[in-house]
Amino acid sequence: MLSISNVETFYGNIQALRGVNVKVNSGEIVSLIGSNGAGKSTLLMTISGVNKAATGEIKFDEKNIESLPPHDIVNLGISQVPEGRRIFSRLSVEDNLRLGASSNDKGKNFDNDVKDVYDLFPVLKDRLSQRGGTLSGGEQQMLAIGRALMAKPKMLLLDEPSLGIAPKLVNQIFVAIKNINKEKKVTIFLVEQNAKKALELADRGYVLVNGNVTLEGTGQDLLKNKDIQAAYLEGGGKK
Amino acid sequence: MEKKFFQTSIKDSLFTGLIALALFGPIVGLRTVAKNEVLEVHPKWFIVLIIVVVCAVGRFLTNLYVYNRDQKTGIQSSIGKSISNFLDTKGYQIALTAIIFSVIFPFLPFTDRYLMDIAIMMLTYIMLGWGLNIVIGLAGLLDLGYVAFYAVGAYSYALFAIHFGWSFWICLPIAGIFAAMFGVLLGFPVLRLRGDYLAIVTLAFGEMIRILLLNWYQLTKGPDGLTGIPRPSFFGLPFKSFPDEGEQTFHTFFGIEYNPMQRIIFLYYLILVLALITNLFTIKIRRLPIGRAWEALREDEIACKSLGVNPRNTKLTAFAIGAMFGGFAGSFFATRQAFISPESFTFIESAIIVAIVVLGGMGSQTGVVLATVFLIGLIEVFRDFESYRMIAFGGAMVLIMIFRPRGILATRKPTITLEKSSSK
Repeated sequence: MLSISNVETFYGNIQALRGVNVKVNSGEIVSLIGSNGAGKSTLLMTISGVNKAATGEIKFDEKNIESLPPHDIVNLGISQVPEGRRIFSRLSVEDNLRLGASSNDKGKNFDNDVKDVYDLFPVLKDRLSQRGGTLSGGEQQMLAIGRALMAKPKMLLLDEPSLGIAPKLVNQIFVAIKNINKEKKVTIFLVEQNAKKALELADRGYVLVNGNVTLEGTGQDLLKNKDIQAAYLEGGGKK
Repeated sequence: MEKKFFQTSIKDSLFTGLIALALFGPIVGLRTVAKNEVLEVHPKWFIVLIIVVVCAVGRFLTNLYVYNRDQKTGIQSSIGKSISNFLDTKGYQIALTAIIFSVIFPFLPFTDRYLMDIAIMMLTYIMLGWGLNIVIGLAGLLDLGYVAFYAVGAYSYALFAIHFGWSFWICLPIAGIFAAMFGVLLGFPVLRLRGDYLAIVTLAFGEMIRILLLNWYQLTKGPDGLTGIPRPSFFGLPFKSFPDEGEQTFHTFFGIEYNPMQRIIFLYYLILVLALITNLFTIKIRRLPIGRAWEALREDEIACKSLGVNPRNTKLTAFAIGAMFGGFAGSFFATRQAFISPESFTFIESAIIVAIVVLGGMGSQTGVVLATVFLIGLIEVFRDFESYRMIAFGGAMVLIMIFRPRGILATRKPTITLEKSSSK
């Protein structure tokens, strides 16, 4: 469904991705793990078109998307939940959700589409007229995911959904991600520092080190891998 | 504790007095007088003393009552709070009262020509403020060259009306379209700029337009300005005291006495309607996807991109629509003055409009009105004291910044609110 081949991305002179190859098949949950500064978020930003790949190819449903602007990529069916949630804190929760539907049908079926989001995260329904910034971290993450789902994506890119969230809510959010994948049939590409959680959830996983993919395999295999245990999972893994 | 605070306040105010002395000593205290072809220095130390004392005492009082957050009796916590509360909760009622008042205003017994002129000027600024509020308040693009669109609107109205003899109602939309086109013209090069950098470029754009108008003599008559701009007519009926043979004018058509106030009142209602259209448009568009996209863009551009909002189109429409209303206001200005020159479109105009939007509370429609009444009203009240006008203007800004640092009406409700507890 999504295939990334030999992608290199730069920030000015600094090379963040050094020829990354990643494949995501339809219906899968794929996790990408790595430490700070490995290039995980850069890869997601490159897929969604916010950053541009200098070289390499990104194909989505057999169509090259590496040179498309972000809004066209969203229209093709790739939605992104950006790192740090980036909800619109001074707008109401409802406005945030409506903005998620700015692509495809411009929110004409908003009332219908939003029901799916309420099913997933009932708490958002009670908070509808509140400002986004007044939600808790976990609720904001739910809002960010719900907002991305309003575009009715075929594929969801999640950037560190566990970042800065109470452990109890992290579990809730990972359950929700699983539901989105299984029930709504949305393919998931997940970037996480919480390697253990991410690999447990994933069908397959990739390890990114200094802009290179160093390991790949099924989630279970990677969890058992000695190197990964030493680097990312020792002592219960990073929080 | 209390004593220590007192001491630091006194120290601080003495220091303020020292700074005031250093500043005003040379500026105010030393006056040069040319006498018998010799330049003499006449000191005026008494005035300097007064200024220094006012500064020091003022600083002491603000220290005691405004910045002292522990003290519950401070001005900030009593008068300031109650004003804040009133403005925050009664915003809607204030707006409604203001609209009703402005509709009946021309027929109130104390209304005279002078008041009408001020009211028309205020409404023009209110309309400009509302137009700029789209760009600054909603889309969050700090535009310091808004007067450029005002100028484009005024000049395109004037040129079309003079050379083609088209009526106000045809020229108005044309002026709006021209201004919107200039908005896009400004928008394109600044798409990638944000914050301070955007402000600098827009400022330069405003100056460019003014200098262009000043130097393109063949078209704009440069510093001489354009004269003889046709006055607007009441749906084809001109306002004239002595109609030509067989010509219908406003007063002959309605069979009433001619009165120069008729045209003024018509102009007043014209700008009132134009301003209210601007307001209504803004209120409506905030609930549409494009308006929501503007506000989202103000909040977070990257999040917007990742949600499929096209930032280019969103910014350009904000610039274009904001500029269009500036253009409408400009053509009104031209038809009211019947004379325009680049003099009327200097940077200070842009600064006043930005001040109105920012001091009113960015994004607040009612705030724009309050700030206009406050600032323009103050300038007018001080008209007789020529040289003190700008001091009063600056003082008003300082006061607003002390008491309402985020604008007169800072708290903005979410665009959409739901009825309380409609569902169980």
